[in-house]
Amino acid sequence: MLNTLNHAAEPLVSLESVGVHRNGRWLVRGVDFTVRRGEIVTLIGPNGSGKSTSAKAAIGVLKPDEGRVSRIPDLKVGYVPQKLAIDWTLPLTVRRLMTLTGPLAQRDVDAALAAVGMSALAGAEVQHLSGGEFQRALLARAIARKPDLLVLDEPVQGVDFSGELALYDLIKQIRNATGCGILLISHDLHVVMAETDTVICLNGHVCCRGTPQAVSQSPEYMRLFGARAAQTIALYSHHHDHTHLPDGRVQHADGSITDHCHAEDGHHDHRHGVLHGVGEERPHVHGPDCGHLHQQERGHGHGHGLPVAEETTGLPNLKGGEDRA
Amino acid sequence: MLDDFFVRALVAGVGLALTTGPLGCFIIWRRMAYFGDTMAHSALLGVALSLLFDLNLMLAVFVVAAGVSLLLLVLQRRQALSADALLGILSHATLAIGLVMVAFMTWVRIDLVAFLFGDILAVTRSDIDLIWGGGILVLFAIVYLWRPLLASTVNPELAEAEGLQPERARLFFMLLMAVVIAIAMKIVGIMLITSLLIIPAATARRFSSTPEMMAVFASLIGALAVVGGLFGSLHYDTPSGPSIVVAALVLFLLSLLPVRRRQAEAQAKAEGIRR
Repeated sequence: MLNTLNHAAEPLVSLESVGVHRNGRWLVRGVDFTVRRGEIVTLIGPNGSGKSTSAKAAIGVLKPDEGRVSRIPDLKVGYVPQKLAIDWTLPLTVRRLMTLTGPLAQRDVDAALAAVGMSALAGAEVQHLSGGEFQRALLARAIARKPDLLVLDEPVQGVDFSGELALYDLIKQIRNATGCGILLISHDLHVVMAETDTVICLNGHVCCRGTPQAVSQSPEYMRLFGARAAQTIALYSHHHDHTHLPDGRVQHADGSITDHCHAEDGHHDHRHGVLHGVGEERPHVHGPDCGHLHQQERGHGHGHGLPVAEETTGLPNLKGGEDRA
Repeated sequence: MLDDFFVRALVAGVGLALTTGPLGCFIIWRRMAYFGDTMAHSALLGVALSLLFDLNLMLAVFVVAAGVSLLLLVLQRRQALSADALLGILSHATLAIGLVMVAFMTWVRIDLVAFLFGDILAVTRSDIDLIWGGGILVLFAIVYLWRPLLASTVNPELAEAEGLQPERARLFFMLLMAVVIAIAMKIVGIMLITSLLIIPAATARRFSSTPEMMAVFASLIGALAVVGGLFGSLHYDTPSGPSIVVAALVLFLLSLLPVRRRQAEAQAKAEGIRR
């Protein structure tokens, strides 16, 4: 967190009671927040609550109709937009995508691709990528620029659940390694929370703000998302007592190894609180591809799905000296 | 050498094709084929105005085409009608108004067919100067605007957020289109300009792995189509403008067969890996 301490005082961008008026209605009004260097700020809110609009106002893509946006001079932004459709007729490889908005050193391109685990697909055409691969390529493109401010508009869309966790983990690692500020937009509340310094809950205006814990307990948040969502967050910090081995078997806290980590095997009380809390998951036998939340307990040290953590060696100090717990 | 009308036609046609290559790529990447068509159709209004006010023909066509593209930008922003419907209205309105105006001017006798389908064999030396002068200017501008144009083709907000100016690039692109339409009208005619923009670019897609490569290939394929079409028209005594388009089409069809199979295989393979 070295960078965080060094630059804690420097706000990269500040919004003061910003409003954006389009087609006869206010998309957002009275929005104020600040993103500082080394800080992760997350905008959450229902669809149409003005998350993207606020972010676009922050980086100057949308001109606010009221209020003020101030940015540090020559603020270098890395942007991952919410929707990006590239016409099939445009021949664009992942490598060429990297230098879309400006020239980059080969070294930085390679490091960024390695950091998101896309090195092997550098020569692939972007239209042939899966949703998750494409998102990772876009993220690599944004970080290869070494931006002061990284703006990620729903960066995990089209990514499966384990990939989602890995991606959020990667975003935090990027912050820790580069000390950039991150403005993150999300509607999946359950995962994003833990990695965030400040949560701003939007619904046309700022409903509530604060640390993830404070927001998830606030009455405004519960009114907006329902008590169920808050419960989800509460269940979020559960404990693991087993580790998935590379061959798919499971090592338990007492050292025994079984084929499954199923509750019926009597070894442990394993609650996938988040998933059960929102009713997305059916009981099943865990395997190496079950995509469960084993990574969210930080410092837990195991993960299946995307090998992101293992492939971050491209950015030398990405993992070093980082406070993971 | 330039005394021969056929050589003049070749030089003029190749010069135009080199220019339309990169522009045509942007037209298909941005799905603006109908837009290009609309600008081209508006050229006839420019012809009528130039006759009415005794203006330079190319200048009048350029001004009208640029004006129509700006009008479209403004109308699109108001979002009253879909871009598609607006294009349809403007495209045929300008063409029809041009035709009606020409019909009213009983004191001028013009060869309407030459404007609609081109008369490359009537190209003069000063036309060649204009085509190459204007063409080189357009190519330099494209190189200069390449990054913002390409980035905003992928996503205008992304380009804007990262410090490029997509709106300005787009405006310049419209002006370049107007220039190319003004110089292309005489060669392939109003009705066929879009095909010289689109077909070579679509052909080039099959052989290209980067946008830059595709732009260069589109130019070369367009030049090849011009040469092939002109020799074909000489040999079979067919109209030159349409012959060039037919030659471009033949190249496109030729490019289609083998590459498509390879692509299908590559795709099947990629999907196989993913499954």
